[in-house]
Amino acid sequence: MKSEIISLQEVTFTYTEEEKNIRPAVDNVSFTIYEGEWVAIVGHNGSGKSTLARLMNGLLFPQKGTVRIFGETLNEQNLWETRSQMGMVFQNPDNQFVGATVQDDVAFALENNGIPFEEMVERVQQSIEKVNMSSFMNSEPHHLSGGQKQRVAIAGAIALQPRILLLDEATSMLDPQGREEVLSIVRKLREETDLTVISITHDLEEALLADRIIMMNQGEKYAVGSPEEIFLRGQELVDLGLDLPFAMNVSRLLRDQGIELVAEHMSEEELVNDLWTSHFNK
Amino acid sequence: MDITLQQVSYAYAKNTPFEKRALFDVNLDIPSGSYQAIIGHTGSGKSTVLQHLNALLKPTEGSIKIGDVLVKADQKNKHLRKVRQKVGIVFQFPEHQLFDETVLKDIMFGPMNFGVPAEEAKSRAIELSRLLGLPEEVLEKSPFDLSGGQMRRVAIAGVLAMNPEVLVLDEPTAGLDPRGRKEIMDLFYRLHQEKGLTTVLVTHSMEDAARYADRIAIMHDGKCVLEGTPQEIFENEERLLDYRLELPQCVKFQKKVEQMMGKKLPTICLTEEKLAEELARLMKEEREV
Repeated sequence: MKSEIISLQEVTFTYTEEEKNIRPAVDNVSFTIYEGEWVAIVGHNGSGKSTLARLMNGLLFPQKGTVRIFGETLNEQNLWETRSQMGMVFQNPDNQFVGATVQDDVAFALENNGIPFEEMVERVQQSIEKVNMSSFMNSEPHHLSGGQKQRVAIAGAIALQPRILLLDEATSMLDPQGREEVLSIVRKLREETDLTVISITHDLEEALLADRIIMMNQGEKYAVGSPEEIFLRGQELVDLGLDLPFAMNVSRLLRDQGIELVAEHMSEEELVNDLWTSHFNK
Repeated sequence: MDITLQQVSYAYAKNTPFEKRALFDVNLDIPSGSYQAIIGHTGSGKSTVLQHLNALLKPTEGSIKIGDVLVKADQKNKHLRKVRQKVGIVFQFPEHQLFDETVLKDIMFGPMNFGVPAEEAKSRAIELSRLLGLPEEVLEKSPFDLSGGQMRRVAIAGVLAMNPEVLVLDEPTAGLDPRGRKEIMDLFYRLHQEKGLTTVLVTHSMEDAARYADRIAIMHDGKCVLEGTPQEIFENEERLLDYRLELPQCVKFQKKVEQMMGKKLPTICLTEEKLAEELARLMKEEREV
Protein backbone atom coordinates (compact mmCIF):
# COMPACT_ATOMS: atom_id res chain seq x y z
CA MET A 1 0.00 0.00 0.00
CA LYS A 2 1.39 3.36 -1.00
CA SER A 3 1.42 6.14 1.54
CA GLU A 4 -1.06 8.97 1.53
CA ILE A 5 0.24 12.36 0.37
CA ILE A 6 -2.90 14.51 0.16
CA SER A 7 -6.25 13.73 1.66
CA LEU A 8 -9.43 15.81 1.64
CA GLN A 9 -12.17 14.95 4.09
CA GLU A 10 -15.68 16.29 3.56
CA VAL A 11 -14.33 19.59 2.31
CA THR A 12 -16.79 22.38 1.61
CA PHE A 13 -15.84 25.83 0.40
CA THR A 14 -18.03 28.73 -0.66
CA TYR A 15 -16.89 32.13 -1.95
CA THR A 16 -20.16 33.80 -0.94
CA GLU A 17 -20.69 32.85 2.68
CA GLU A 18 -23.50 35.33 3.29
CA GLU A 19 -25.65 34.12 0.36
CA LYS A 20 -27.16 30.83 1.38
CA ASN A 21 -28.96 30.08 -1.90
CA ILE A 22 -25.77 29.81 -3.96
CA ARG A 23 -24.24 26.35 -4.09
CA PRO A 24 -20.74 26.02 -2.65
CA ALA A 25 -17.86 26.02 -5.16
CA VAL A 26 -16.68 22.77 -3.56
CA ASP A 27 -19.32 20.71 -1.83
CA ASN A 28 -18.50 17.93 0.64
CA VAL A 29 -15.59 16.51 -1.35
CA SER A 30 -13.39 13.68 -0.04
CA PHE A 31 -10.52 11.90 -1.76
CA THR A 32 -6.99 10.67 -1.14
CA ILE A 33 -3.98 10.97 -3.41
CA TYR A 34 -1.04 8.61 -2.84
CA GLU A 35 2.68 9.22 -3.11
CA GLY A 36 3.99 8.84 -6.66
CA GLU A 37 0.58 8.95 -8.34
CA TRP A 38 -0.44 11.08 -11.32
CA VAL A 39 -3.97 12.22 -10.69
CA ALA A 40 -5.95 14.33 -13.14
CA ILE A 41 -8.82 16.42 -11.82
CA VAL A 42 -11.30 17.08 -14.63
CA GLY A 43 -14.62 18.89 -14.92
CA HIS A 44 -16.46 21.61 -16.82
CA ASN A 45 -15.83 25.35 -16.29
CA GLY A 46 -17.14 26.20 -12.83
CA SER A 47 -17.11 22.58 -11.59
CA GLY A 48 -14.80 23.43 -8.70
CA LYS A 49 -11.48 22.17 -10.11
CA SER A 50 -9.50 25.35 -9.57
CA THR A 51 -11.02 25.90 -6.13
CA LEU A 52 -9.75 22.43 -5.23
CA ALA A 53 -6.26 23.46 -6.35
CA ARG A 54 -6.39 26.55 -4.13
CA LEU A 55 -7.59 24.45 -1.19
CA MET A 56 -4.73 22.00 -1.68
CA ASN A 57 -2.04 24.69 -1.57
CA GLY A 58 -3.58 26.74 1.21
CA LEU A 59 -4.55 29.78 -0.87
CA LEU A 60 -8.02 29.02 0.51
CA PHE A 61 -9.10 27.23 3.66
CA PRO A 62 -12.32 25.19 3.77
CA GLN A 63 -15.30 26.31 5.84
CA LYS A 64 -16.03 22.66 6.58
CA GLY A 65 -13.85 19.56 6.52
CA THR A 66 -10.07 19.20 6.52
CA VAL A 67 -7.24 19.16 4.00
CA ARG A 68 -4.42 16.87 5.10
CA ILE A 69 -1.04 17.08 3.40
CA PHE A 70 1.89 14.80 4.29
CA GLY A 71 -0.28 13.50 7.12
CA GLU A 72 -0.87 16.88 8.76
CA THR A 73 -3.94 19.06 8.61
CA LEU A 74 -3.11 22.16 6.60
CA ASN A 75 -3.31 25.35 8.71
CA GLU A 76 -1.82 28.83 8.86
CA GLN A 77 1.13 27.57 10.92
CA ASN A 78 2.39 24.77 8.68
CA LEU A 79 1.31 26.43 5.44
CA TRP A 80 4.74 27.71 4.40
CA GLU A 81 6.54 24.51 5.25
CA THR A 82 3.93 22.56 3.26
CA ARG A 83 4.03 24.88 0.27
CA SER A 84 7.80 24.54 0.00
CA GLN A 85 7.15 20.86 -0.75
CA MET A 86 4.67 21.66 -3.49
CA GLY A 87 5.61 23.06 -6.89
CA MET A 88 2.87 24.87 -8.76
CA VAL A 89 2.50 25.76 -12.43
CA PHE A 90 -0.42 27.96 -13.44
CA GLN A 91 -2.36 28.53 -16.63
CA ASN A 92 -0.79 31.70 -17.99
CA PRO A 93 2.97 31.35 -18.57
CA ASP A 94 3.41 35.13 -18.71
CA ASN A 95 2.11 35.70 -15.20
CA GLN A 96 4.74 33.71 -13.36
CA PHE A 97 8.10 35.10 -14.41
CA VAL A 98 10.23 37.29 -12.17
CA GLY A 99 13.79 36.71 -13.39
CA ALA A 100 15.48 38.55 -16.25
CA THR A 101 16.93 35.30 -17.61
CA VAL A 102 15.83 31.69 -17.51
CA GLN A 103 18.40 30.77 -14.89
CA ASP A 104 17.65 33.79 -12.69
CA ASP A 105 14.01 32.87 -12.81
CA VAL A 106 14.60 29.29 -11.79
CA ALA A 107 16.92 30.48 -9.01
CA PHE A 108 14.36 32.89 -7.57
CA ALA A 109 12.50 30.48 -5.31
CA LEU A 110 15.75 28.85 -4.16
CA GLU A 111 17.15 32.20 -3.14
CA ASN A 112 13.91 32.95 -1.29
CA ASN A 113 14.27 29.69 0.55
CA GLY A 114 17.85 30.47 1.58
CA ILE A 115 19.56 27.69 -0.34
CA PRO A 116 23.38 28.17 -0.23
CA PHE A 117 24.86 29.62 -3.43
CA GLU A 118 26.93 26.57 -4.45
CA GLU A 119 23.97 24.26 -4.14
CA MET A 120 21.69 26.74 -5.85
CA VAL A 121 23.87 26.86 -8.96
CA GLU A 122 23.84 23.09 -9.15
CA ARG A 123 20.10 22.73 -8.64
CA VAL A 124 19.31 25.42 -11.19
CA GLN A 125 21.40 23.64 -13.80
CA GLN A 126 19.92 20.26 -13.02
CA SER A 127 16.33 21.50 -13.12
CA ILE A 128 16.82 23.29 -16.40
CA GLU A 129 18.44 20.18 -17.82
CA LYS A 130 15.49 18.06 -16.72
CA VAL A 131 13.09 20.16 -18.77
CA ASN A 132 15.47 20.16 -21.79
CA MET A 133 16.07 23.91 -21.70
CA SER A 134 19.87 23.96 -21.11
CA SER A 135 20.54 25.88 -24.32
CA PHE A 136 18.30 28.70 -23.09
CA MET A 137 19.95 29.33 -19.69
CA ASN A 138 20.57 33.01 -20.42
CA SER A 139 17.56 33.73 -22.63
CA GLU A 140 14.93 36.19 -21.56
CA PRO A 141 11.81 34.29 -20.52
CA HIS A 142 9.57 36.64 -22.50
CA HIS A 143 11.23 35.65 -25.76
CA LEU A 144 10.40 31.97 -25.35
CA SER A 145 7.46 30.12 -26.86
CA GLY A 146 4.52 29.19 -24.64
CA GLY A 147 5.65 25.60 -24.26
CA GLN A 148 9.19 26.68 -23.42
CA LYS A 149 7.88 29.15 -20.84
CA GLN A 150 5.84 26.48 -19.11
CA ARG A 151 8.89 24.18 -19.12
CA VAL A 152 10.89 26.92 -17.38
CA ALA A 153 8.03 27.32 -14.89
CA ILE A 154 8.23 23.56 -14.23
CA ALA A 155 12.01 23.85 -13.77
CA GLY A 156 11.42 26.61 -11.21
CA ALA A 157 8.94 24.38 -9.40
CA ILE A 158 11.11 21.24 -9.33
CA ALA A 159 14.27 23.15 -8.32
CA LEU A 160 12.74 23.23 -4.85
CA GLN A 161 12.70 19.43 -4.95
CA PRO A 162 9.03 19.26 -4.07
CA ARG A 163 7.17 16.04 -3.39
CA ILE A 164 4.12 17.26 -5.28
CA LEU A 165 3.81 19.06 -8.60
CA LEU A 166 0.45 20.77 -9.10
CA LEU A 167 -0.41 21.80 -12.66
CA ASP A 168 -3.43 24.10 -12.76
CA GLU A 169 -4.52 24.06 -16.42
CA ALA A 170 -0.85 24.45 -17.27
CA THR A 171 -1.35 23.44 -20.90
CA SER A 172 -4.63 25.17 -21.69
CA MET A 173 -3.10 28.30 -23.24
CA LEU A 174 -0.50 26.46 -25.30
CA ASP A 175 -0.51 25.47 -28.95
CA PRO A 176 -0.51 21.73 -29.73
CA GLN A 177 3.31 21.49 -29.85
CA GLY A 178 3.66 23.40 -26.59
CA ARG A 179 1.19 21.08 -24.94
CA GLU A 180 3.06 18.03 -26.16
CA GLU A 181 6.40 19.48 -24.94
CA VAL A 182 5.03 20.06 -21.45
CA LEU A 183 3.33 16.67 -21.20
CA SER A 184 6.40 14.79 -22.37
CA ILE A 185 8.48 16.59 -19.72
CA VAL A 186 5.99 15.59 -17.03
CA ARG A 187 6.11 11.98 -18.27
CA LYS A 188 9.90 12.07 -18.19
CA LEU A 189 9.99 13.50 -14.65
CA ARG A 190 7.68 10.76 -13.50
CA GLU A 191 9.93 8.09 -14.95
CA GLU A 192 13.03 9.56 -13.30
CA THR A 193 11.60 10.51 -9.90
CA ASP A 194 8.74 9.52 -7.60
CA LEU A 195 7.14 12.93 -7.91
CA THR A 196 3.39 13.04 -7.26
CA VAL A 197 1.63 14.94 -10.07
CA ILE A 198 -1.80 16.52 -9.79
CA SER A 199 -3.01 18.02 -13.04
CA ILE A 200 -6.15 20.06 -13.26
CA THR A 201 -7.35 20.06 -16.82
CA HIS A 202 -10.16 19.73 -19.27
CA ASP A 203 -7.90 18.37 -21.94
CA LEU A 204 -8.94 14.73 -22.03
CA GLU A 205 -5.89 13.56 -23.91
CA GLU A 206 -3.92 14.92 -20.94
CA ALA A 207 -6.22 13.18 -18.47
CA LEU A 208 -5.68 9.89 -20.34
CA LEU A 209 -2.02 9.95 -19.25
CA ALA A 210 -2.90 9.97 -15.54
CA ASP A 211 -3.09 6.93 -13.26
CA ARG A 212 -6.42 8.06 -11.88
CA ILE A 213 -9.02 10.67 -12.72
CA ILE A 214 -11.14 12.58 -10.24
CA MET A 215 -14.13 14.00 -12.03
CA MET A 216 -15.88 17.08 -10.62
CA ASN A 217 -19.37 18.28 -11.45
CA GLN A 218 -21.06 21.39 -9.98
CA GLY A 219 -18.76 21.43 -6.98
CA GLU A 220 -19.24 17.76 -6.14
CA LYS A 221 -17.00 14.79 -6.68
CA TYR A 222 -18.79 12.95 -9.47
CA ALA A 223 -16.56 9.95 -10.08
CA VAL A 224 -13.09 8.57 -9.42
CA GLY A 225 -11.35 5.87 -11.41
CA SER A 226 -8.76 4.88 -13.96
CA PRO A 227 -9.01 6.69 -17.31
CA GLU A 228 -10.64 3.56 -18.79
CA GLU A 229 -13.26 3.42 -16.04
CA ILE A 230 -14.06 7.10 -16.39
CA PHE A 231 -14.23 7.23 -20.18
CA LEU A 232 -16.36 4.12 -20.46
CA ARG A 233 -19.15 6.30 -19.10
CA GLY A 234 -19.37 7.68 -22.63
CA GLN A 235 -22.41 9.88 -23.22
CA GLU A 236 -22.63 10.68 -19.51
CA LEU A 237 -19.38 12.64 -19.77
CA VAL A 238 -20.60 14.51 -22.81
CA ASP A 239 -23.80 15.45 -20.94
CA LEU A 240 -21.64 16.88 -18.17
CA GLY A 241 -19.87 19.21 -20.60
CA LEU A 242 -16.76 17.11 -21.19
CA ASP A 243 -15.54 15.37 -24.28
CA LEU A 244 -14.38 11.87 -25.10
CA PRO A 245 -10.98 10.83 -26.41
CA PHE A 246 -10.78 11.00 -30.20
CA ALA A 247 -10.78 7.22 -30.72
CA MET A 248 -13.95 6.85 -28.66
CA ASN A 249 -15.71 9.59 -30.56
CA VAL A 250 -14.87 7.96 -33.88
CA SER A 251 -15.94 4.54 -32.53
CA ARG A 252 -19.33 5.95 -31.58
CA LEU A 253 -19.76 7.54 -34.98
CA LEU A 254 -18.78 4.27 -36.70
CA ARG A 255 -21.36 2.38 -34.65
CA ASP A 256 -23.96 4.96 -35.67
CA GLN A 257 -23.08 4.02 -39.26
CA GLY A 258 -23.73 0.36 -38.50
CA ILE A 259 -20.08 -0.70 -38.15
CA GLU A 260 -19.53 -3.26 -35.40
CA LEU A 261 -16.50 -2.97 -33.15
CA VAL A 262 -15.38 -5.58 -30.65
CA ALA A 263 -14.68 -3.21 -27.73
CA GLU A 264 -14.43 0.39 -26.55
CA HIS A 265 -11.16 1.97 -27.64
CA MET A 266 -9.29 4.75 -25.85
CA SER A 267 -6.36 4.86 -28.25
CA GLU A 268 -6.19 5.26 -32.00
CA GLU A 269 -3.94 2.21 -32.29
CA GLU A 270 -6.53 -0.06 -30.69
CA LEU A 271 -9.24 1.25 -32.97
CA VAL A 272 -7.13 0.83 -36.10
CA ASN A 273 -6.33 -2.75 -35.03
CA ASP A 274 -9.97 -3.53 -34.40
CA LEU A 275 -10.95 -2.18 -37.81
CA TRP A 276 -8.19 -4.26 -39.37
CA THR A 277 -8.93 -7.58 -37.69
CA SER A 278 -12.70 -7.41 -37.88
CA HIS A 279 -13.27 -5.76 -41.24
CA PHE A 280 -10.39 -5.85 -43.65
CA ASN A 281 -8.25 -8.82 -42.78
CA LYS A 282 -10.66 -11.45 -44.10
CA MET B 1 -17.33 43.60 -47.21
CA ASP B 2 -14.17 42.36 -48.97
CA ILE B 3 -10.81 42.67 -47.29
CA THR B 4 -7.66 42.60 -49.39
CA LEU B 5 -4.10 42.72 -48.13
CA GLN B 6 -1.70 43.87 -50.82
CA GLN B 7 2.01 43.34 -50.25
CA VAL B 8 1.62 44.22 -46.59
CA SER B 9 4.80 44.53 -44.55
CA TYR B 10 4.88 45.62 -40.96
CA ALA B 11 7.70 46.50 -38.58
CA TYR B 12 7.19 47.11 -34.88
CA ALA B 13 9.01 50.18 -33.49
CA LYS B 14 10.05 51.29 -36.95
CA ASN B 15 13.04 53.65 -37.21
CA THR B 16 14.24 52.84 -33.71
CA PRO B 17 17.07 50.53 -32.63
CA PHE B 18 14.35 48.06 -31.57
CA GLU B 19 12.79 47.79 -35.01
CA LYS B 20 11.46 44.30 -35.59
CA ARG B 21 9.94 43.13 -38.84
CA ALA B 22 6.83 41.07 -38.20
CA LEU B 23 5.25 40.82 -41.66
CA PHE B 24 6.82 40.51 -45.09
CA ASP B 25 4.91 41.10 -48.28
CA VAL B 26 1.65 39.46 -47.23
CA ASN B 27 -1.07 39.07 -49.86
CA LEU B 28 -4.46 37.78 -48.80
CA ASP B 29 -7.94 38.08 -50.23
CA ILE B 30 -10.90 37.65 -47.90
CA PRO B 31 -14.07 37.90 -50.00
CA SER B 32 -17.31 39.09 -48.46
CA GLY B 33 -19.27 36.27 -46.83
CA SER B 34 -16.37 33.81 -46.62
CA TYR B 35 -15.00 31.97 -43.58
CA GLN B 36 -11.23 32.36 -43.57
CA ALA B 37 -8.96 30.62 -41.08
CA ILE B 38 -5.44 31.89 -40.41
CA ILE B 39 -3.17 29.28 -38.86
CA GLY B 40 0.49 29.30 -37.94
CA HIS B 41 2.94 28.52 -35.22
CA THR B 42 3.35 30.88 -32.24
CA GLY B 43 5.27 33.95 -33.47
CA SER B 44 4.37 33.37 -37.12
CA GLY B 45 2.69 36.77 -37.50
CA LYS B 46 -0.96 35.68 -37.17
CA SER B 47 -1.79 38.25 -34.51
CA THR B 48 -0.05 41.04 -36.40
CA VAL B 49 -2.16 40.26 -39.46
CA LEU B 50 -5.26 40.25 -37.26
CA GLN B 51 -4.59 43.75 -35.98
CA HIS B 52 -4.43 45.02 -39.56
CA LEU B 53 -7.92 43.77 -40.31
CA ASN B 54 -9.54 46.75 -38.62
CA ALA B 55 -6.57 49.10 -38.96
CA LEU B 56 -5.39 48.91 -35.35
CA LEU B 57 -2.06 48.60 -37.08
CA LYS B 58 -1.34 50.24 -40.41
CA PRO B 59 1.06 48.56 -42.79
CA THR B 60 4.53 50.09 -42.91
CA GLU B 61 4.59 49.09 -46.59
CA GLY B 62 1.83 48.01 -48.93
CA SER B 63 -1.85 48.56 -48.30
CA ILE B 64 -4.99 46.93 -47.06
CA LYS B 65 -8.42 47.51 -48.54
CA ILE B 66 -11.27 47.10 -46.06
CA GLY B 67 -14.56 47.52 -47.92
CA ASP B 68 -14.06 50.81 -49.75
CA VAL B 69 -11.46 52.20 -47.35
CA LEU B 70 -7.82 51.94 -48.36
CA VAL B 71 -5.44 51.80 -45.39
CA LYS B 72 -1.82 52.79 -45.90
CA ALA B 73 1.06 53.91 -43.71
CA ASP B 74 0.23 57.62 -43.92
CA GLN B 75 -3.54 57.24 -43.51
CA LYS B 76 -5.20 59.66 -41.10
CA ASN B 77 -7.02 57.92 -38.28
CA LYS B 78 -10.29 59.82 -38.66
CA HIS B 79 -11.20 57.81 -41.76
CA LEU B 80 -10.85 54.60 -39.84
CA ARG B 81 -13.82 54.99 -37.51
CA LYS B 82 -16.17 53.40 -40.03
CA VAL B 83 -13.80 50.46 -40.44
CA ARG B 84 -13.63 49.84 -36.71
CA GLN B 85 -17.42 49.73 -36.53
CA LYS B 86 -17.76 47.25 -39.35
CA VAL B 87 -14.96 44.91 -38.40
CA GLY B 88 -15.52 43.48 -34.94
CA ILE B 89 -12.58 41.78 -33.26
CA VAL B 90 -12.99 39.24 -30.48
CA PHE B 91 -9.54 39.21 -28.90
CA GLN B 92 -8.06 36.37 -26.88
CA PHE B 93 -9.58 36.30 -23.41
CA PRO B 94 -12.02 39.09 -24.31
CA GLU B 95 -13.53 38.95 -20.81
CA HIS B 96 -10.49 40.94 -19.63
CA GLN B 97 -12.05 43.91 -21.40
CA LEU B 98 -15.33 43.88 -19.47
CA PHE B 99 -15.63 46.99 -17.31
CA ASP B 100 -19.17 48.27 -16.80
CA GLU B 101 -21.45 47.99 -13.77
CA THR B 102 -23.93 45.60 -15.34
CA VAL B 103 -23.86 43.10 -18.15
CA LEU B 104 -26.53 45.09 -20.00
CA LYS B 105 -24.52 48.35 -19.85
CA ASP B 106 -21.39 46.55 -20.91
CA ILE B 107 -23.01 45.10 -24.04
CA MET B 108 -24.64 48.48 -24.85
CA PHE B 109 -21.41 50.44 -24.53
CA GLY B 110 -19.99 49.72 -27.98
CA PRO B 111 -23.03 50.59 -30.08
CA MET B 112 -23.83 53.71 -28.00
CA ASN B 113 -20.27 54.87 -28.46
CA PHE B 114 -20.97 54.81 -32.20
CA GLY B 115 -24.17 56.82 -31.79
CA VAL B 116 -26.81 54.11 -31.63
CA PRO B 117 -29.78 55.31 -29.49
CA ALA B 118 -30.01 53.75 -26.03
CA GLU B 119 -33.33 52.02 -26.75
CA GLU B 120 -31.97 50.24 -29.78
CA ALA B 121 -28.69 49.34 -28.07
CA LYS B 122 -30.75 47.84 -25.25
CA SER B 123 -32.92 45.74 -27.51
CA ARG B 124 -29.81 44.50 -29.33
CA ALA B 125 -28.22 43.57 -26.00
CA ILE B 126 -31.30 41.61 -24.92
CA GLU B 127 -31.55 39.79 -28.24
CA LEU B 128 -27.85 38.93 -28.23
CA SER B 129 -27.81 37.66 -24.68
CA ARG B 130 -30.62 35.30 -25.66
CA LEU B 131 -28.70 34.21 -28.78
CA LEU B 132 -25.61 33.50 -26.70
CA GLY B 133 -27.55 31.49 -24.14
CA LEU B 134 -27.17 33.93 -21.24
CA PRO B 135 -30.07 33.73 -18.73
CA GLU B 136 -32.08 36.95 -18.57
CA GLU B 137 -31.40 37.63 -14.89
CA VAL B 138 -27.69 37.94 -15.76
CA LEU B 139 -28.29 41.26 -17.56
CA GLU B 140 -28.60 43.24 -14.33
CA LYS B 141 -25.66 41.54 -12.63
CA SER B 142 -22.10 42.78 -12.54
CA PRO B 143 -20.12 41.03 -15.30
CA PHE B 144 -17.47 40.25 -12.67
CA ASP B 145 -19.84 38.01 -10.73
CA LEU B 146 -20.26 35.62 -13.65
CA SER B 147 -18.44 32.39 -14.40
CA GLY B 148 -15.59 32.44 -16.91
CA GLY B 149 -17.74 30.92 -19.64
CA GLN B 150 -20.51 33.48 -19.13
CA MET B 151 -18.06 36.39 -19.06
CA ARG B 152 -16.72 35.19 -22.42
CA ARG B 153 -20.25 35.24 -23.84
CA VAL B 154 -20.92 38.76 -22.54
CA ALA B 155 -17.70 40.00 -24.16
CA ILE B 156 -18.66 38.37 -27.46
CA ALA B 157 -22.14 39.90 -27.25
CA GLY B 158 -20.48 43.30 -26.82
CA VAL B 159 -18.66 42.86 -30.14
CA LEU B 160 -21.73 41.51 -31.96
CA ALA B 161 -23.81 44.44 -30.66
CA MET B 162 -21.92 46.69 -33.07
CA ASN B 163 -23.58 44.77 -35.93
CA PRO B 164 -20.24 44.16 -37.61
CA GLU B 165 -20.07 42.96 -41.19
CA VAL B 166 -16.82 41.16 -40.53
CA LEU B 167 -16.10 39.20 -37.37
CA VAL B 168 -12.46 38.51 -36.51
CA LEU B 169 -11.87 35.84 -33.87
CA ASP B 170 -8.54 35.36 -32.09
CA GLU B 171 -8.56 31.95 -30.39
CA PRO B 172 -12.09 32.61 -29.18
CA THR B 173 -12.45 29.39 -27.18
CA ALA B 174 -9.10 29.28 -25.34
CA GLY B 175 -9.61 28.16 -21.75
CA LEU B 176 -13.23 27.03 -22.21
CA ASP B 177 -14.33 23.48 -21.47
CA PRO B 178 -15.19 21.18 -24.39
CA ARG B 179 -18.91 21.89 -24.36
CA GLY B 180 -18.42 25.65 -24.12
CA ARG B 181 -15.93 25.47 -26.96
CA LYS B 182 -18.31 23.63 -29.24
CA GLU B 183 -21.29 25.85 -28.39
CA ILE B 184 -19.37 29.02 -29.17
CA MET B 185 -17.80 27.72 -32.38
CA ASP B 186 -21.18 26.45 -33.58
CA LEU B 187 -22.73 29.83 -32.79
CA PHE B 188 -20.13 31.69 -34.86
CA TYR B 189 -20.74 29.28 -37.70
CA ARG B 190 -24.50 29.84 -37.51
CA LEU B 191 -24.01 33.63 -37.59
CA HIS B 192 -21.70 33.20 -40.54
CA GLN B 193 -24.30 31.16 -42.42
CA GLU B 194 -27.52 32.90 -41.40
CA LYS B 195 -26.34 36.51 -41.51
CA GLY B 196 -23.66 36.05 -44.15
CA LEU B 197 -21.14 37.40 -41.65
CA THR B 198 -17.61 37.36 -43.07
CA THR B 199 -15.59 35.45 -40.49
CA VAL B 200 -11.85 35.36 -39.91
CA LEU B 201 -10.65 32.78 -37.38
CA VAL B 202 -7.10 32.95 -36.04
CA THR B 203 -6.39 29.65 -34.35
CA HIS B 204 -3.94 26.98 -33.24
CA SER B 205 -6.60 24.35 -33.67
CA MET B 206 -6.22 22.52 -36.97
CA GLU B 207 -9.47 20.74 -36.10
CA ASP B 208 -11.46 23.99 -35.96
CA ALA B 209 -9.83 25.30 -39.14
CA ALA B 210 -10.68 22.03 -40.93
CA ARG B 211 -14.25 21.88 -39.66
CA TYR B 212 -15.42 25.44 -40.15
CA ALA B 213 -13.32 27.35 -42.68
CA ASP B 214 -13.88 27.70 -46.44
CA ARG B 215 -10.29 28.74 -46.91
CA ILE B 216 -7.14 28.55 -44.83
CA ALA B 217 -4.04 30.74 -44.91
CA ILE B 218 -0.81 29.60 -43.28
CA MET B 219 1.50 32.19 -41.75
CA HIS B 220 5.15 31.33 -41.20
CA ASP B 221 8.00 33.68 -40.21
CA GLY B 222 5.88 36.71 -41.05
CA LYS B 223 4.93 35.51 -44.51
CA CYS B 224 1.73 34.06 -45.87
CA VAL B 225 3.23 30.85 -47.24
CA LEU B 226 0.19 28.86 -48.29
CA GLU B 227 -3.45 29.59 -48.98
CA GLY B 228 -6.22 27.31 -50.15
CA THR B 229 -9.24 25.20 -49.28
CA PRO B 230 -8.93 22.93 -46.23
CA GLN B 231 -8.70 19.97 -48.63
CA GLU B 232 -5.72 21.54 -50.40
CA ILE B 233 -4.02 22.65 -47.20
CA PHE B 234 -4.26 19.29 -45.44
CA GLU B 235 -3.24 17.26 -48.47
CA ASN B 236 0.43 17.82 -47.93
CA GLU B 237 1.62 16.75 -44.49
CA GLU B 238 5.32 17.34 -45.12
CA ARG B 239 4.77 20.91 -46.09
CA LEU B 240 2.77 21.51 -42.91
CA LEU B 241 5.60 20.03 -40.85
CA ASP B 242 7.99 22.54 -42.45
CA TYR B 243 5.78 25.25 -40.96
CA ARG B 244 5.71 23.42 -37.62
CA LEU B 245 2.04 22.57 -37.99
CA GLU B 246 0.29 19.24 -37.86
CA LEU B 247 -2.63 17.61 -39.59
CA PRO B 248 -6.00 17.70 -37.84
CA GLN B 249 -6.43 14.64 -35.64
CA CYS B 250 -9.00 13.04 -37.91
CA VAL B 251 -6.85 13.44 -41.02
CA LYS B 252 -3.95 11.86 -39.12
CA PHE B 253 -6.21 8.99 -38.16
CA GLN B 254 -7.44 8.65 -41.74
CA LYS B 255 -3.81 8.22 -42.84
CA LYS B 256 -3.23 5.47 -40.28
CA VAL B 257 -6.31 3.59 -41.46
CA GLU B 258 -5.37 4.06 -45.10
CA GLN B 259 -1.91 2.69 -44.43
CA MET B 260 -3.39 -0.32 -42.68
CA MET B 261 -5.84 -1.02 -45.53
CA GLY B 262 -3.38 -0.30 -48.29
CA LYS B 263 -5.92 1.90 -50.04
CA LYS B 264 -7.08 5.48 -49.95
CA LEU B 265 -10.43 7.03 -49.17
CA PRO B 266 -11.75 9.15 -52.06
CA THR B 267 -11.40 12.41 -50.14
CA ILE B 268 -9.62 13.99 -47.18
CA CYS B 269 -12.08 13.83 -44.28
CA LEU B 270 -12.10 17.12 -42.40
CA THR B 271 -14.45 16.03 -39.61
CA GLU B 272 -14.88 12.87 -37.57
CA GLU B 273 -18.45 12.52 -38.89
CA LYS B 274 -17.25 12.54 -42.49
CA LEU B 275 -14.49 10.05 -41.68
CA ALA B 276 -16.94 7.60 -40.07
CA GLU B 277 -19.24 7.94 -43.08
CA GLU B 278 -16.47 7.26 -45.62
CA LEU B 279 -15.09 4.32 -43.63
CA ALA B 280 -18.54 2.78 -43.33
CA ARG B 281 -19.09 3.15 -47.06
CA LEU B 282 -15.78 1.48 -47.82
CA MET B 283 -16.47 -1.42 -45.47
CA LYS B 284 -19.82 -2.08 -47.03
CA GLU B 285 -18.20 -2.16 -50.46
CA GLU B 286 -15.55 -4.60 -49.18
CA ARG B 287 -18.22 -6.88 -47.84
CA GLU B 288 -20.05 -6.95 -51.15
CA VAL B 289 -16.97 -7.85 -53.16
